[in-house]
Amino acid sequence: MKNRSLISINDFSKKEYLKILDIAEEFEENPRQKILENHVIATLFFEPSTRTRLSFESAISQLGGKIIGFTDASSSSVSKGETLMDTIKTVANYSDLIVMRHPLDGSARWASEVAGIPIINAGDGANQHPTQCLLDMYSIRKTQGTLENIHIAFVGDLKYGRTVHSLVIALTQFNATFHLVSPEELKLPSVIKKYIKDSGLKYHQYTELESIMDKVDILYMTRIQRERFADPMEYERVKNSYILKNKMLENSKSNMRVLHPLPRVNEIEEAVDQNTKAYYFQQARNGVYVRQALLASILGLK
Amino acid sequence: MENSVQKELKVSALENGTVIDHIPSTRLFTAIKILKLEKVSNPVYFGTNMNSQKYGSKGIIKISDRFFGREEINKIALVAPTATLIEIKDYKVVSKYTVETPSEVQSFVKCFNPKCITNHQAVPTKFKVFTDDKGFLKLRCHYCEKTTTQENMVFQ
Repeated sequence: MKNRSLISINDFSKKEYLKILDIAEEFEENPRQKILENHVIATLFFEPSTRTRLSFESAISQLGGKIIGFTDASSSSVSKGETLMDTIKTVANYSDLIVMRHPLDGSARWASEVAGIPIINAGDGANQHPTQCLLDMYSIRKTQGTLENIHIAFVGDLKYGRTVHSLVIALTQFNATFHLVSPEELKLPSVIKKYIKDSGLKYHQYTELESIMDKVDILYMTRIQRERFADPMEYERVKNSYILKNKMLENSKSNMRVLHPLPRVNEIEEAVDQNTKAYYFQQARNGVYVRQALLASILGLK
Repeated sequence: MENSVQKELKVSALENGTVIDHIPSTRLFTAIKILKLEKVSNPVYFGTNMNSQKYGSKGIIKISDRFFGREEINKIALVAPTATLIEIKDYKVVSKYTVETPSEVQSFVKCFNPKCITNHQAVPTKFKVFTDDKGFLKLRCHYCEKTTTQENMVFQ
């Protein structure tokens, strides 16, 4: 993985993912190692994403690396009309690796072709967010002891949820069974279902959250956004049916854990946070270890 | 008699040049655009909605004193996979072949995704060509990873 960019979850093989997860485990045990002391990492956020940026910056800081960059496009030369290519080529002169977030689909791939140094995609529009996918995989393996043969439910907005798409595709390499719970208008796109079918795996579709509760090892919750609905009445009708409450977890398997990419709005009741099956805040913490593992691998330090 | 006259109109009129035959009628003008024939100064003849034994209806293009590289001509396979190419020198057919669908296309199709970087900055487009379950040609963008279907293809 040395000197390679991570742009899309499809860029790495199963073996390579697992290697990253193994290294992430080492960082979980010992997250403060000064291995990046002689490195400068650029974090270029062409659109704000506080959560992802802080996770990367924490990962870098704990390893002793220096950070340069900007937190949104208005405070950078982009606002003067500079092209992405020029920004990337310039910053590549000042740093060893670029972490970037950009509102346009495909921007990270383009950047990786002109940078001359490795790029980690921290989200390119609606396309990819591979580090989120890796931390989801890490969290599944951590809580289930394996990534193989799990039953996973995805709940909420499966149509536009980029994290859902990436994780589904990644898990097709691990013999997963997919339980897809969404309103009719937010079903998983057929292009993603094709990955499941092509891998010879099974998926089941539901509109009721409760129907899957006793079947799954992982319950992956997502936010349903009002603006996704053409008909606001329809949103009002479905919004409450996908809210997770403690009572609903009573019949779930003992090994079952609840994941959520965060931020949460109201789709998981706060009371669930105390439930031993709630794992979403640890999941966010795992993001730091996975990002440390990626940085170290790409820079050839692990 | 009628048959031979028609044949002459279609093929033999060229002294030197290329005949592109068996283009689906509805795709003739797209093929002309892809090959940028509206910009050449050579004589170009074309016909469409002509009878075809094989396809029912077809279009045909003849270009004097112009020969195409395989890569250039294969671009039209995206819209006219059945097209055949006949090269004529000195009134004689010197070669004849069917276009081949390329596995990758660069720089001449627009990505259908309005949020793709290629539609906002000076990034040349690049696609992998694939056929879906139903046999339809589709393009997968190298950058945004979204799919452009045949009916959504816009040629630059």
